[in-house]
Formats: sequence, C-alpha cells, structure tokens
Amino acid sequence: MDLFEYQGKQFFARYGIPTSPGGVAETVEESVRQAVAAEFPAVIKAQVQVGGRGKAGGIKIAGNEEEARAHAQAILGMDIKGHLVKRVWVEHASDIAKEYYASYTLDRSAKLYLLMLSAKGGVDIEEVAATDPGAIVRRHIDPVEGVDREMLEEAVESAGIDPEARQGVADVLEALYRAFVEGDADLVEINPLILNTAGKVHALDAKVTLDDNAAFRHPEWAEWAKTVEYDGRERLAKERGLNYIGLSGSVGIIANGAGLAMSTLDVVNQVGGSAANFLDLGGGASADTMAAALEVINTDENVEAVLVNIFGGIVRCDEVAKGILEALNRVELRAPMVIRLDGTNADLAREILAPHVSPRLVVEGTMLAAARRAVEIVNENKGA
Amino acid sequence: MSIFVDETTRVVVQGLTGGQGRFHGLRNRDYGTKVVAGVTPGKGGTDVDGIPVFDTVEEAVAVTGATASFVSVPPRFAGDAVLEAAKAGVSFVVCITEFIPAKDEAYFFNLLRDEYPGTRLLGPNCPGIISPGKCNIGITSGDIALPGGPVGIVSRSGTLTYQAIHELSQQGVGQTTCVGIGGDPVPGTSFIDCLAAFEADPETKAVLMIGEIGGADEEKAAAFIAEHFSKPVVAYIAGQTAPPGKKMGHAGAIISGSQGTAKAKMDALAEAGVIVAPNPTAAGEAMVEIIHKLG
Repeated sequence: MDLFEYQGKQFFARYGIPTSPGGVAETVEESVRQAVAAEFPAVIKAQVQVGGRGKAGGIKIAGNEEEARAHAQAILGMDIKGHLVKRVWVEHASDIAKEYYASYTLDRSAKLYLLMLSAKGGVDIEEVAATDPGAIVRRHIDPVEGVDREMLEEAVESAGIDPEARQGVADVLEALYRAFVEGDADLVEINPLILNTAGKVHALDAKVTLDDNAAFRHPEWAEWAKTVEYDGRERLAKERGLNYIGLSGSVGIIANGAGLAMSTLDVVNQVGGSAANFLDLGGGASADTMAAALEVINTDENVEAVLVNIFGGIVRCDEVAKGILEALNRVELRAPMVIRLDGTNADLAREILAPHVSPRLVVEGTMLAAARRAVEIVNENKGA
Repeated sequence: MSIFVDETTRVVVQGLTGGQGRFHGLRNRDYGTKVVAGVTPGKGGTDVDGIPVFDTVEEAVAVTGATASFVSVPPRFAGDAVLEAAKAGVSFVVCITEFIPAKDEAYFFNLLRDEYPGTRLLGPNCPGIISPGKCNIGITSGDIALPGGPVGIVSRSGTLTYQAIHELSQQGVGQTTCVGIGGDPVPGTSFIDCLAAFEADPETKAVLMIGEIGGADEEKAAAFIAEHFSKPVVAYIAGQTAPPGKKMGHAGAIISGSQGTAKAKMDALAEAGVIVAPNPTAAGEAMVEIIHKLG
C-alpha cells in the first residue's frame, strides 16, 4: 500500500520523525482553517500519488487567508496526470536552508536493508543516481543486527551533510529505521529532508510504501486502506479474491499461477495481440473462481476475446473444464472464449468441452495456438 | 543423482494437521517420499493417517531421524517454524507459505545465513522440489515428472515449472531434480545455489531455467553461468510485457525503475551463452533438441 504524503507524515509522527505542523483538508474552508492553525505563510499541497505535482500547480504558498482560500479552490478537484485531487495537506511553510535525501529499502540483490543518504535532496534521486552517483551514500544493514549510532554518524559524514545538521540527520535516520522495520514498510523515503534556517532538521515530504503482507499485525492501517484508489474492476476483482491488474489491450487473460499468467501476456504479445489484463486464478480454478474471473473481465469493454490458459497439476483439467462450463452458465460472456488446458487429465477435459465447442468457445492444444486464435478473433472483429 | 533431496531424505511436515499440510504431506507420501513425522504444537502424540505428530521439530528429529522439513503453516507463524527447524538441525527446509511479511523473510534469511549455515531454506512462497521417482516435497503434481534425468529445472514460478516439466516429459526427456525457488523478494535458495548443485551433479546434463521480472537474481545467475557453469542452459523469462510498478502476482515480480526488466535479464543470459527462448514452449523444444544432440 502506497501512502499519501499526509498519511506518511502521520506514520512518521508515530516514530518521532519531525515534520512541519499541519493538517489534512478535503474542503476549501477546512484548508483555510488548517492554514490558520499552521500559521502563515502556509503551503497547500495536493495529495496525489504521482510525481511532478509541484510543476503541475499542485503546491502553492499562501501568505494569508484569502490566498489560502484561492489556492485550495484551485488545487482541490484538480487533475494531475489523471489523478483527481481529493485532499490537500496544509502545513507551515519552512524556511529551507539545505535539502537532503534519506531512504531505507530492501536491497533484494544483497538480501540486506539499504540506507541511501545524500546531501543533494529536493530533486529526483534517480537523476542524481544517474548523473552523480558519488553523491549518494549507500550502506547495507543486516536485518538481524540493525543500525547503530556510530554507523549512522559515519554515513552522515560521508554523505557530506553540513556539520550543523549532522546530529539532527542522524536522529532522523535512527527514527526512520524504526519506522521502516517496526512499521513494516517496503520503502520509507524523505525527499527533501531539510535543515531550516532555525537550525532544525525535519521531513518536508514523506513517501511510504507499506508491506500488505504485514497488515495482520497493523490494525491501525485499516484507516489508510480506505483511501486506496482502485478502478472499479480492480476493486471488484479484489472483492472476489482474484489477483487482477488492468491493462489496455483487447485479449482478456485468465490463467492459474502468476508465472503462467505473465507468460500468457507475453505469448499474446508475441503473436501480435495485446492483453487487456493480468488475472491469476491462484491454485484453485473452481467454478466459483472461474465465474468470478469471467464476471470481472466481462465488465471490460475493451475485451474482444477471452483467453483461458490453465495448467492442471493437482487441480485436474477435467475439473477445470466442468468449472468453466458451470461458470459460463452463470455469467453471460460478451466475448468469445479460447481455452487451452494442459497437464493432468487434459484429454478428458477436451472431451468434456467438445460438445460445447462453437465459434464462441474454442479449444486449442497449446498456449501459442490459443493465443493466435484469440488474436485472430480480435482482428476479425476489427475487420467486420 | 539429484540435488538437495533423494530417496534417503526423511521429511517432517510442520503443520501436518492443517488442511494444506495434510493434503500435500499425504500426497508427498503417496508419491514415495519418506514422510516420517508431523509437527503441530499441542498435538503431539496424535497421528495423521499413521504419521506420528510431535509438539516440536526437535522431538520429531530425535525420534524419527527427519533430515528435511516441509513448512506449511500460516504466514504469521512461518518465520518461527523455519527457525525451529534450523535449530533442530534440519538441513533442508521447504517453505511453501505465501504472503509472509518481507521483514520476516529478510530477518530469517540472514539469521540462517549467519547462525545456521548447515540449513538450506527453499522458498518461501515456492512450489517445492521434486526429484522424480525419489522424493517430492511440496505441491508439485508428481505424475507429470519423468525420472532418470538428464535435465535439471530451476524456476521462480510454480505453474511454469509444471509446464516445463510436462513439455519435457511428453517428449520423453526426464528430469534429475526440479526446484521451485519461489516468487518472493528474499528467496532462501537462489538460481546460483541450484546451478552450482547441478554443475556438481554428474547426471544432470543440461539445465532449464525459468525466471521472471523483478530483482537481479537472473542477472547474477548469468554472471555465474559465464564463469562457473559448463553445461548447456536454456532460459525463459516471464513478464516481457509487464508494465513497471505493478506486482504481477508474486511479491517479487515487480519492475522498479529501470531494474528487473525481462529484457535486461534476457540480454544478460544471452551474453553468458544461455539459449534464451521467447516462451515456455520454445524453451521446452530447445531443451529437447539439446538432449537429443547429446545422445
């Protein structure tokens, strides 16, 4: 789960990471109240999970109530790269002396945690990494050992953090590590981490990704989960317990297993088509799961052919075939379906499907042939 | 020969009294695997279809001589279960549990690496391992595998592993061992671990490798192959058309920034002399051709 900035700052607050005084608002009047409470000058920031909101006009400084009202009016409801601004974060504007960068994440390659720290904050860190890699200090952390003050202070010095900010930055790094580990985050990032003209170090932004697998030990996440934005179909799929990702093509994909589903996308692409989605049924592939999958895909108007790709291991293909037929009785499928079943009892499955074969229900023996047939159906539609 | 497991492997199933543990544990036994014990705290003294259940792995090992463990417990208990097996001296732990928090995984991976170097962890979130005709630990359907080698399979994906096994078996090409390393961010056993074991196994003549987007394990495997691997390798990478920033089912299958793309992995493998196939069927065909040439 990716947190909005204001949620990230709430998250930081729990671990004692300093931020500017402020609050979240969903209406213009609430924004003005928050600005008054934070004291002017106040900055009004659009809450969207997309980069470049400043350039898009989503961050404005207000010197008084009228300006706060005008800015909130302009920003709330704004569309930033397809993201609708529903909330703003309002905080006291900081007098920035220096901008730094700090983050913790898992380095999958080393199988260790990774601290990244830079005195060049406030800009796109990937760009810094590309143009001036030496400006980013990287330190691996063994999850069993954790961080210690000495190591953090060494990193702070190596990164060239200004002497007057070193103590404050090391404090933040210590707290941020706790937030990362105890908070079960996949990523915690502060960019910029600032030194203000009063000599204090604090987080001006918050980018936090939480590990959904750890939700069971964080009941406090429930409130943030409410604001996660899915499109309608993704929400429907989630409710049905399906692993679904919407894409923009015309072949609806249903497969069992993440790898096979990904592979099906690849093969459709290789024969000149494009997938409308990724959908992994999981291990089961029962009539219920299949019906749920068809229901989800049916709501996608871009879908002109549905490709069902199942490998039967423990789940036998004949059971899957029966499941498909039962699901088709429950859901009236708009687009023709191409089925490929392979593995345990595949022959039996083809026998079960044989009496039902029609131009709207095609059975193919291999993944490649099935993908070809699905793409042909799409192309025939275009020709008609 | 086979890698990591063989006909002498004695398996304790942690979570044998649970739905999944029972289902797969008994299937593994039916396949011929020596499933000698189960462990469920509080259920010691009972049995599951004749397999004795113990309260702790330590007791199970002491009484039955178990050498490997099959962990099938819910995510919140998985870390403790893996560590318990390691502490009891089990040398090979297969963890099929999905949805384990990444912090737990990173923690027990490093604890094993530092404190229990004698224990190899396979998984989590993996289908397990099968050495056809000898030993099957996990959720793989044993029927599709063909004993006798000469191909070793290592894969990050479950169903694609089955697909690969099936394609080879149908052409009469058997397997020495098929290892599913799993789709999580911190797998206990990597491609390199498996490749090193296959290199040392005289019966394995070639390796079929199935990777997917995310992480850098395939790139590291490519470097290893170039330096240390003498046998032919065929590879397929799933997720060539996956968009960045979206987790494709597996927690580990995500392209972040410029890292972890299928293209980068395919290029690295091709450069290392690996035959890189565009899809699983082509990979199977390429492998069959190699085996036929080897005679």
